[in-house]
Amino acid sequence: MTTAAASRSLSSAVVSARARRGWGDRLFRGLARGAALSLILLVTAMIIGMAGAAMPSFRAFGWRFLYTSTWDPVAETFGALPFVYGTLVSSLLALVIAVPLGLGAAIFLAELAPVWIRPPITFLVELVAAVPSVVFGLWGIFVLAPWLRNWVQPALGASLGFLPLFQGPPYGVGMLAAGIILAIMIVPFITAVSREVLLAVPNTQREAALGLGATRWETTRIAVLRYGKSGLIGAVLLGLGRALGETMAVTMVIGNRPEVAISLFAPGYTMASVIANEFTEATSDLYLGALIEIGLLLFAVTVIVNALARLLVWSVGGAVKQVRE
Amino acid sequence: MADGILVKDLNAWFGTLHVLRDIGLAIAPKAVTAIIGPSGCGKSTFIRCLNRMHEVVPSARVSGTVLVEGANLYAPGVDPVEVRRKIGMVFQRANPFPTMSAFDNVAAGLRLAGMRNRAVLNDAVERALTHAALWDEVKDRLDKPGSSLSGGQQQRLCIARALAVEPEVMLMDEPCSALDPIATAKIEELILELRKDLTIVIVTHNMQQAARVSEATGFFLLGELVEFGVTRELFTNPRDKRTEDYITGRFG
Repeated sequence: MTTAAASRSLSSAVVSARARRGWGDRLFRGLARGAALSLILLVTAMIIGMAGAAMPSFRAFGWRFLYTSTWDPVAETFGALPFVYGTLVSSLLALVIAVPLGLGAAIFLAELAPVWIRPPITFLVELVAAVPSVVFGLWGIFVLAPWLRNWVQPALGASLGFLPLFQGPPYGVGMLAAGIILAIMIVPFITAVSREVLLAVPNTQREAALGLGATRWETTRIAVLRYGKSGLIGAVLLGLGRALGETMAVTMVIGNRPEVAISLFAPGYTMASVIANEFTEATSDLYLGALIEIGLLLFAVTVIVNALARLLVWSVGGAVKQVRE
Repeated sequence: MADGILVKDLNAWFGTLHVLRDIGLAIAPKAVTAIIGPSGCGKSTFIRCLNRMHEVVPSARVSGTVLVEGANLYAPGVDPVEVRRKIGMVFQRANPFPTMSAFDNVAAGLRLAGMRNRAVLNDAVERALTHAALWDEVKDRLDKPGSSLSGGQQQRLCIARALAVEPEVMLMDEPCSALDPIATAKIEELILELRKDLTIVIVTHNMQQAARVSEATGFFLLGELVEFGVTRELFTNPRDKRTEDYITGRFG
C-alpha cells in the first residue's frame, strides 16, 4: 500500500463524507424554512379567517365601529370604543404602577442586594410569574376590590378628588382594580427581564463610574441604566404586551360595563374580556362578527404597540450598537 | 514632606485568599512609578487599593495604611467616593460610556461633582482633552458617542475623563495592553507629559514600557513586593535573584 493510494482513499472518504453532510445540510435548511413559512401561513390564515367571519360587522358599521360606544346586542348596534379604551387605559395604568416597582426590584437584585439574598428573591419573583391569572382574579374580587372600596378609593377621593380621575362612587371593582391586578401580574416579568439586562452590563462600565467618584446610585444611573436602556424598554414592553392580552383576571375585577368613563373608580370593559364573556351568547352572525372584529382590533393594537416598541428600542439603542462593532 | 503616596503594611484579601502581603513603599510625587510582575501577582489589586477600588468587589478586604498627601485613605470615616474623586483611574480596557457623547464622557466627573455651568464645563473639557493630546482629533466630533473613536483614542478619552476633575494622582492599570504599538507610543508620550503635574502609578505587563516611562519600579510576585527601587537600577542591577529571573525572561 503506497502513501499515494492511502491519501487517495482518504480523500475519497472525505469527499463522500462531505456529500453526506451536504445532504444533511439541505434537509436541515428545508425543515427550518418550512417551519418559518408555516408560521407565516398560520398567521395569514388566522387573519383571513377572522376577517371573513367579521364581514357582517364590517358591512353594517364600517369605520363607525371604531369610534362609537353603543354596545346593544338586542338592537344589534355595536361600537368598540369602550373596549379599546378599557384595554389601553387598564394596561397603561398597570405600566404606571409596575414599571417603577419592577425596575426598582431589578436594580436591587442586580446591583444592591447582598449576594446570598439574590437567588431566593429571584426565585420568589419567578414564582409570582407562574401564578395562574384566575387566581389573581379571585384574589382581586375577594381581597383587592373590598379593600379599594372601603379604604383606598374613599381616601383618594378625599385627597385627590379634584382630579376627574378620582371622582365618583367607590365600587371597588373597576378600572383601578384592573390596573392594579395587571400591575401585579406584569411586575415579575419586568423584574426578571430587567435583571438579566442589568447583569449583562459589563463591569468595566461600573468601574468607570466608580473610578470617577460616583456613588452607588450615580453609578447605576450613568453607567448601568443608560447602558441597558434599550433592553429595559424591551422588558417594559414585554410587560405591556402581556397586560394588553390578559383576559381572566381583568374580566373578574374590571366590572364589565361598556362605557368610556374618565374616572378610574368607574367600571370598564376590555377587548379580551368582552370576547371571553359574550362569545357563547353571540347567536346572530352580526353579533359574532362584531366580537370577531374586536378580536382583530386587539390583534392590531398589539401589533401597533409592538411596532412602536421596536422603533423606540432602535432609536435609543443606536448609540450602544456603534460600540459593539 | 508628606507629598506622594506612602504605603505601609498593606494587606488585601478576596474572601480567604490573601492576595497582597505586607506591602510597604513610598511613591514619589510628580513622577511615574511602574508596577511589574507576572499575571496574578497582585499588581492590579495593589493599585486598586490606592483609590479604594479593591473593596468594590464583594468579599474583598483591605488592611493597612495608604497615606496620600499625608492623609490616610483607610482612616475610619473616610468616604471612598471622595477618595476616588481625587485619585483618577484608567483601566485595562478603554471604557468610555457608550451612550454618552465624547464631550459628556469627559464632563461626566465634573457633572457628578455638581458642576452645571456650561461655560466652565466647555473650558474643562477642552483643557482635559488638550492635556490628553486628543483635542485636535475630536474637537469636530465632540457630540459623537465616545465609543465611535478608535481604541487608542478611546483610551485617551478615558484619560481625559479622569483628568477633567484635576486629580493629584493618576492610577493606570495596564492602559496599553489592548492597544497597537502606535497607540501605545502615544499613550507613553502622554504619560511623560502628565508626570509634570501628576503622581502616576502604572501597572504594566510590558517591561520595556516600565523602563521607558518610569523613574521607579516595583516588582511584585505572589502578592509580595520583591524589590522596589530606581527603574534603571532594578533593570540593570537587580538585588533579588527572583527579579533578575523575571526581567531576563526566565519565567512569567
